[in-house]
Amino acid sequence: MPVTTKGDLKVWQRRDRAKQFKIWFAWLIGVAIFMFCWEIISDKTTWFFVFDAPRIAADIGGRAWPPRWSYLSELWKPMWDTINIATLGTLLAIIMGVPVAFLAATNTTPSKRFLRPLALLIIVSTRSINSLVWALLLVSIIGPGIFAGTLAIAIRSIGFVAKLLYEAIEETDINQIEAIQATGASKLQVIAYGIVPQIMPAFAGLSVFRWDINIRESTILGLVGAGGIGLYLSSSLNILAWPQVAVILIMILVAVVISEWVSSKVRLAII
Amino acid sequence: MNAAITSGNEKSRRWKRPPLIQDTKWRYGLLILAIAYFIAASFSYDVNWSRVYEGLDRGWEFIKSFANPDFKTRWSDISEGIWESIVITVTSTVVGIILAIPLALGAASNLAPKIIYYICRGIIAVNRALHEIIVAILMVAIFGFGPLAGFITLTLSTIGFIAKLLAEDIENISKPQAEAVKSTGSGWWQWINYAIQPQVMPRLIGLSIYRVDINFRSSSILGLVGAGGVGATLNTAFDRYEFDTAAAIIIIIIAIVMVLEYVSGFIRARVQ
Amino acid sequence: MLQLKNLGKRYKTGDDALKGVNLEIPDGQLVGLIGPSGAGKSTLIRCVNRLVEPTTGTVTLNNIEVTSLSAGGLRKERRKMGMIFQEYALVDRLTIMENVMSGRLGYMGFWKSFFRKYPQADIDEAFRLLERVGLDHMVDKRADELSGGQKQRVGIARALIQDPEVILIDEPTASLDPKTSRQIMRLISELCRERNLSAIVNIHDVALAQMFVERIVGLQMGEIVFDGAPDELTPDVLTKIYGEEDWEATIDEVDEDEDITIDEKSVEASI
Repeated sequence: MPVTTKGDLKVWQRRDRAKQFKIWFAWLIGVAIFMFCWEIISDKTTWFFVFDAPRIAADIGGRAWPPRWSYLSELWKPMWDTINIATLGTLLAIIMGVPVAFLAATNTTPSKRFLRPLALLIIVSTRSINSLVWALLLVSIIGPGIFAGTLAIAIRSIGFVAKLLYEAIEETDINQIEAIQATGASKLQVIAYGIVPQIMPAFAGLSVFRWDINIRESTILGLVGAGGIGLYLSSSLNILAWPQVAVILIMILVAVVISEWVSSKVRLAII
Repeated sequence: MNAAITSGNEKSRRWKRPPLIQDTKWRYGLLILAIAYFIAASFSYDVNWSRVYEGLDRGWEFIKSFANPDFKTRWSDISEGIWESIVITVTSTVVGIILAIPLALGAASNLAPKIIYYICRGIIAVNRALHEIIVAILMVAIFGFGPLAGFITLTLSTIGFIAKLLAEDIENISKPQAEAVKSTGSGWWQWINYAIQPQVMPRLIGLSIYRVDINFRSSSILGLVGAGGVGATLNTAFDRYEFDTAAAIIIIIIAIVMVLEYVSGFIRARVQ
Repeated sequence: MLQLKNLGKRYKTGDDALKGVNLEIPDGQLVGLIGPSGAGKSTLIRCVNRLVEPTTGTVTLNNIEVTSLSAGGLRKERRKMGMIFQEYALVDRLTIMENVMSGRLGYMGFWKSFFRKYPQADIDEAFRLLERVGLDHMVDKRADELSGGQKQRVGIARALIQDPEVILIDEPTASLDPKTSRQIMRLISELCRERNLSAIVNIHDVALAQMFVERIVGLQMGEIVFDGAPDELTPDVLTKIYGEEDWEATIDEVDEDEDITIDEKSVEASI
């Protein structure tokens, strides 16, 4: 009880003493954990280099400027590849993710005991692994190139698409579904008439959203050999050609800003 | 069936589903554009099918290796990498959130003056535009190899993420509550503490937990560019085709992500 | 003829929503089902077409025992039972025509319904029904653009295009203003008479029920406590159904031309 009586005075405190103590204790543990982790990082850091960092940063900046604009002409093709990786990867992810979503949603899954856990496993495992790791794996399996990159983006996005979509399916209005069931419609018809129209806005929104994310992700896949502009970034870095790196970074920035703009416009148009 | 339905001599009104895009020019224009894009994009792909076919064996090998992952051979590398990933996750999340809060206050249009608002929004936009790996590359170049570069990278991206979403949440708070507290004659900080903070706290906690999840996943790849964490070990495993070791690392990552997801679900349910 | 024999429903929570209800509704009769909230009115209606699975008893529609049908058989039988809902339960993002045609889903294959290839005869019937309920000029509007009364008219058309033998009506006027409520109830009772349909209508508004139905059934705690003509509803009977209250003002409002506002006031006064 936060209110106690002292003589005939009523004293109000936000929390009683035991609770207050618990909260302080939790904070103490939190700070201790943080300090412990910081200690580990600190031990592995050569602080001499860190103190030197501003000078190094200025040095790199000085070498990168002015950017080598003539390099731009070599970048259109890899940029086009990057956009293709993102777009076709997203498309593949949608094609594979939609069925998974319907298997995972409690109200549409044909079997709760077998197929639903399987669908959830697909969602968790594809989502937990970064697209760069998928790219590493696929490059070592099917060889370098933008095909591996597209597949990596697609696989990573399956879990994303399926998770958000199955949540949307589970949040549909039950009344509309019941009304369709009451007409004697088959299960598939209930999905087509009762559920699909309800999830359409969510579906379109998350597809565009994922495409936007994938543009960003596909810019780096080249670092592990999976095609796109990242390939040029990593080779420029390897030869320490900072003016080229600057051009590439500016190009990526522009692409990301444009894709973000497109995606927000499209999402607004849908809702 | 009703007899009237089958009698055909009445006037029949046809019905067709209205098309998604009303304007015919736009409808066919977009369709042609989409087809043209796919044809053009397909030229980007130069798939070496025999290489892919060869690779299928290796893919099968990889899938099989999940049945008996090898935790032992490189256990010291793996455990060190995982620890480092966890450490980076913890520190970068904490520091990132602490720094994100003032930025979020500045980036909320209903709190901050116009100039501060634009400055903060600008910082957030630049911060979010570059992929973490690219930032990590630059950080490694500046601060040297090791977990510090990873820590700074993830701190930066945590700031951008939390500040953006928190600012949006602050902009969406209930106005009457904010006005009520303001009308009591409270100062600016009191107002933040009594009107804004209680409304956005659940969201901030939810975002923070979600960010722990994201940061852990990201920290597992930072090692690819030398910014610490388990990524370096994973990269080596793939390079040497040691799929059983790679499988072991991936299993650990998935397990930790699942635990985090479970914990975050639990905490989020309690906060609301 | 719709027969309910010893119909009972116990929910998983252990609540007995229905306790052995026996009811017989001959063809062409419109029955009003009244009773306090939680009396089991909704459950009773949903047990008839097994949107809620009854735990005991049988439902028989024209000599077919609905309660013992398999999933496929139930779907066929549901076609003969139209349903009208409280919150209209239209699929918001489909057009009026698609919503009405969803009443024909039970008669149609999946792909035909998926591509909206409806038989012309069905479309003619849909236009006729929409004309009857006064909405044939807006077939391509989306359902979420309509007012409450218009939505309920579409709901009625959807139920009737099933060519049903019985209609189940769940609180058709609960979300409508008094005037629209009367229009909707009048429309329902006229259509039932025109097509010789039997119908059960759940209704909260006792005065409205008395105006439009031929027979009233009072449900209390899952049991039928009254079954008779509307003018047999005396204050004593209402007390039996709803509990102690001053009922005089409520049941005097049988005259249809009475001003609506008085109607509302008198109900308020009685509460």
